[in-house]
Amino acid sequence: MNACRLPGFAYWTYMVNLISHTPGLDPMLPRPFRVARAIRETADVVTLELEAPAGPPLRFDPGQFTMLYVFGVGEVPISISGDARKPERLVHTIRSVGLATEALCMLRKGGVVGVRGPFGSRWPMEQARGGDVVVVAGGIGLPPLRPVIYHILHHRKDYGRVYLLYGARTPSDLLFTEELKRWQHTLSHAPGASPVLVTVDRAEGSWDGAVGMVTSLIPNLRLDPAHTTAMIVGPEVMMRFTIAELRKRGIPEARLYLSVERNMKCAVGFCGRCQLGLQFVCKDGPVFAFSQVRNWMTQKEV
Amino acid sequence: MSKSQFVLERSGLEQLLQALKNEGYVTLGPTVRERAIVFGELHTLEDLPVGLKDWQEGGTYRLEPRADPALFGYNVGPQSPKQFLHPPLLRLLRASKTAQGFEIVSETEPLPKYAFFGLRACELQAIQIQDQVFLGGPYQDSHYKARREQVLILAVNCTQAGNACFCTSMNSGPKARAGFDLALTEVLEGDRHYFVGAVGSGAGARLLNQIAHRPASEREWNQAEALVDQTARNMGRGLNTEGLKELLYQNLDHPRWEEVAGRCLSCGNCTQVCPTCFCTSVEDHTDLTGQIAERTRHWDSCFTADFSYLHGGNVRVSTRARYRQWLTHKLATWQDQFGSLGCVGCGRCITWCPVGIDLTEEVAAMGGVHVQNQP
Ligand SMILES: Cc1cc2nc3c(=O)[nH]c(=O)nc-3n(C[C@H](O)[C@H](O)[C@H](O)COP(=O)(O)OP(=O)(O)OC[C@H]3O[C@@H](n4cnc5c(N)ncnc54)[C@H](O)[C@@H]3O)c2cc1C
Ligand code: SF4
Ligand code: SF4
Ligand code: FES
Repeated sequence: MNACRLPGFAYWTYMVNLISHTPGLDPMLPRPFRVARAIRETADVVTLELEAPAGPPLRFDPGQFTMLYVFGVGEVPISISGDARKPERLVHTIRSVGLATEALCMLRKGGVVGVRGPFGSRWPMEQARGGDVVVVAGGIGLPPLRPVIYHILHHRKDYGRVYLLYGARTPSDLLFTEELKRWQHTLSHAPGASPVLVTVDRAEGSWDGAVGMVTSLIPNLRLDPAHTTAMIVGPEVMMRFTIAELRKRGIPEARLYLSVERNMKCAVGFCGRCQLGLQFVCKDGPVFAFSQVRNWMTQKEV
Repeated sequence: MSKSQFVLERSGLEQLLQALKNEGYVTLGPTVRERAIVFGELHTLEDLPVGLKDWQEGGTYRLEPRADPALFGYNVGPQSPKQFLHPPLLRLLRASKTAQGFEIVSETEPLPKYAFFGLRACELQAIQIQDQVFLGGPYQDSHYKARREQVLILAVNCTQAGNACFCTSMNSGPKARAGFDLALTEVLEGDRHYFVGAVGSGAGARLLNQIAHRPASEREWNQAEALVDQTARNMGRGLNTEGLKELLYQNLDHPRWEEVAGRCLSCGNCTQVCPTCFCTSVEDHTDLTGQIAERTRHWDSCFTADFSYLHGGNVRVSTRARYRQWLTHKLATWQDQFGSLGCVGCGRCITWCPVGIDLTEEVAAMGGVHVQNQP
């Protein structure tokens, strides 16, 4: 390598003939995992259950994500959607929206994925203990929150009333429908309560459930606002409206948590792309208390 | 005079360069290429831009002859050590397809050891800032680390300030205070041409022992100090850093962002020449047979269109938002993220901006209104 013979002014695009490399191990190197099961959830969403062929399983906390690499295609951040008490199966639920996610959704049993992680902050499972919990998910926002539901189910007595508000585009986009039915009973705090509230933007087929935004479900919840913790994942506008609605109910700002999405190329603080004001979403987030990001999220184009 | 303060003649400096080469270093220093001073491999002192000076202004860079044979009579060029410690294009991974999936091919070729010959104080500070980014957090960038650990630095104190320089404002220069192995001040006095030096590390002291040198007299030392002091008084620009973070945080909606966006081409030159900007992108490729895949990382910029891309659109669509990201990152959020400013006052972004946008001017413009806003 002759790194010193550079052309004059180094516009980076002029420099593709000069590839540096580094021998040895580093946090950017993925570990190969095998697909143990691929479950088609909906027309464009697949759940992958991964196993480590060698070495220990990947332990994680609810809210964390990994970087999933498909050979020759790309690497993208995906939240872990499985049960933190069963790390031997590393579960991700992926919506096909572009190159890398499409390739991930096409993987079958036996396929290999590179995994880095787990990365990022956790949902406030400890802080939420002893009070009510409102989990709000929009679309592909449900998988990152499923570990929260599993955690609560394992420690049901530690929490008061628990609600899962879930909105999808159409009934056929609903994820985890079997589990949603089960949770209606297992999450319940009292006979007759319905903790799982589902709504769709557009009714289709035999849908006789609610139609409209998840935010419309908030005013009627029975809860003790001062001791309620909310955890929210969905498109940024949906999260803003949800926060406004929860604030109206009197839930303190410090108890509102959300998971933020930003472009990510490294997940370890090197690529700079995930910045949201002074926060790096990859290492300071993706789960934030609203107060940590309020000043930036209320600005346009930060 | 302290034993660690010494004088080298030009011949001693030549010996120093050769000693570094003998120790297996790739000796990188300022050289002239395509009418600019860029880093190149130095074989002899003659490879330096001898007897040249640079003229820098917003959007302007010109090399001119000097009246004397100074070896270091210019300021910083478009490149910085970032070019080598955080390479513009780097292979992160090579993988080969197997029957079961793929496996990672390990890199075995050793890395070159770099000796930087003639780094300025602001560049030392920029290295410290990038150290914080790549080595100071919960994860360490092994690519940066491997290069950084073997680096040897010969610093040169500036004896003239450039028009675009404001290192005194940023507390980074013109005198190198830390982060070097040896530091020199070039003195030209009538017929005399010598270098007054200080030792900054054990490696520096060992090198010095291999070459002809003598202790500095008090007069020589004072002469060198006077030149650097004079440089500090002649900065081309200035930036008031007091309350800077608060100023920018309170002015995210200032009309000046729109105004500067009218001039900014969103070309990203400022981020490429900046010695502290670290942002990158990653690309995946396969060879024609599809058997070997590579991931490469290359410098990116918060001014590019897809930097903030999310499925469905970009977060920062307007030039206003991109310029604001750049400036507030350098001068404000960087402080919260890494505990220091992200700017060392080298002036490169001013000189290499095609339309001469000057961050010191932008901050001053915002400061003006900010003051008026106060009750
Ligand atoms: C912390 C975090 C957790 C996530 N969890 C999930 C999840 O559980 N399930 C799921 O389906 N999706 C999740 N996403 C979104 C997912 O990462 C994007 O859909 C994916 O990056 C799109 O890549 P692509 O190559 O398929 O799309 P393309 O449109 O081809 O994208 C090109 C590149 O842009 C970037 N990019 C595009 N959209 C996004 C995005 N929304 N977020 C981050 N980078 C993006 C990526 O670098 C991607 O490689 C998560 C994102 C983040 C930041
Ligand atoms: S922002 Fe400009 S003056 Fe500051 S370190 Fe970067 S290039 Fe130099
Ligand atoms: S100013 Fe822009 S390119 Fe430079 S480090 Fe900050 S975000 Fe990255
Ligand atoms: S994803 Fe690279 S810095 Fe956060």
